[in-house]
Amino acid sequence: MSILVFTLILLVGAFAAGLLGSLTGLGGGVVVIPLLTLGFHVDIRYAIGASLVASIATSSGAASAYVKEGITNIRIGMFLEIATTTGAVIGALLAAYIAPGIVAVLFGCVLIFSAIMSVRKKTEHLELSDTSPLAQKLKLNGSYPTPEGKVAYYIRKVPGGYILMTIAGIISGLLGIGSGALKVLAMDVVMHIPFKVSTTTSNFMIGVTAAASAVVYMQRGYIDPGIAMPVMLGVLTGAISGSKLLVRANTHKLRQIFAVVIVFLAFEMIYNGLTGNI
Amino acid sequence: MLTKKYWQDKDVALLVGKTLRTGVLCAMGITIVGALIYLFHNAGGKPEYHVFKGAEPSLRHLPGILEGVTHFDGMAIIQLGVAILIATPVVRVLLSAIGFLIEKDYMYVFITLLVLGIIMFNMLSGLGG
Repeated sequence: MSILVFTLILLVGAFAAGLLGSLTGLGGGVVVIPLLTLGFHVDIRYAIGASLVASIATSSGAASAYVKEGITNIRIGMFLEIATTTGAVIGALLAAYIAPGIVAVLFGCVLIFSAIMSVRKKTEHLELSDTSPLAQKLKLNGSYPTPEGKVAYYIRKVPGGYILMTIAGIISGLLGIGSGALKVLAMDVVMHIPFKVSTTTSNFMIGVTAAASAVVYMQRGYIDPGIAMPVMLGVLTGAISGSKLLVRANTHKLRQIFAVVIVFLAFEMIYNGLTGNI
Repeated sequence: MLTKKYWQDKDVALLVGKTLRTGVLCAMGITIVGALIYLFHNAGGKPEYHVFKGAEPSLRHLPGILEGVTHFDGMAIIQLGVAILIATPVVRVLLSAIGFLIEKDYMYVFITLLVLGIIMFNMLSGLGG
């Protein structure tokens, strides 16, 4: 395979990854790593570097579309960013000591978790009263506009959410993904942030967390232009097309199909990691 | 723009969106230029990524990348595009710091600067080895 063919195939693959990632809300990174390691036998370290670039591309690409609605809670995002960026430092430190095979197994487990999170029945918990003095002190409570008027919401379990976000940051730094699924768990399930707010806020955070890890990985040589270029261009155009399609597509069915594909990829990654093929 | 409720200001939200879009488009444009130069010289070569060697040392730091850009090196130009993409969320954090400052919310000015500080620490501490 010549560099030209490699670049073109990767471009198409990355476009599909960006499209599916934005339609299902899972981000581009989850497909980029299996695509590179299983499909092209690229070393997992290059794949991690490319995936971080893909995560930032999806986040910044989608954010320019979302931000018009003005429902990102910038305070929640920024406060929890302390947790995710510190986690990213720890993850990037750990990455130097963990064998590629173990990284692959760990990645497989995170993929399975993401797949489960994407198909689970989502139930919204809206806290209508103020129960957390910490949330009040940090000014995390807010409101968002609806056709029926403003809805006020209150945040609970701030320390629990903070700890989960630190773990999300560590995983993001270690595996080069946005770990959007863990962020959603922390925001929706633990802190009871309404969906309308958590989706855009978590998207904002994914970009910042990935950037914190990317500055380390670029220095380590994980980000190679020959791979990063097709991945970035493909994922960006895919994510932008995805956000335009989002209005019309039946995402529930798509999510289910995508979840099955991801679980399959996850077992491939775990198997290859255990047998030392990655 | 000097309103108390800075983050509920539509203009500010639009400004942030515009900044992000400009950053993303800039990064894409530069990467495409780099890609064309890179493919023009290397299209027939063999991709060798199954063994990890790491990107060229000159492509791992901004000074080296900028040096390569002055020689129209395709790989360096791609890497510059990637670096700009990495910078877009960081710029968004910086804009937030200014926003909180205008709102006179000093607690969040501090929190935002802390996040920026952690990213800077990551970049400059030599963690990348």
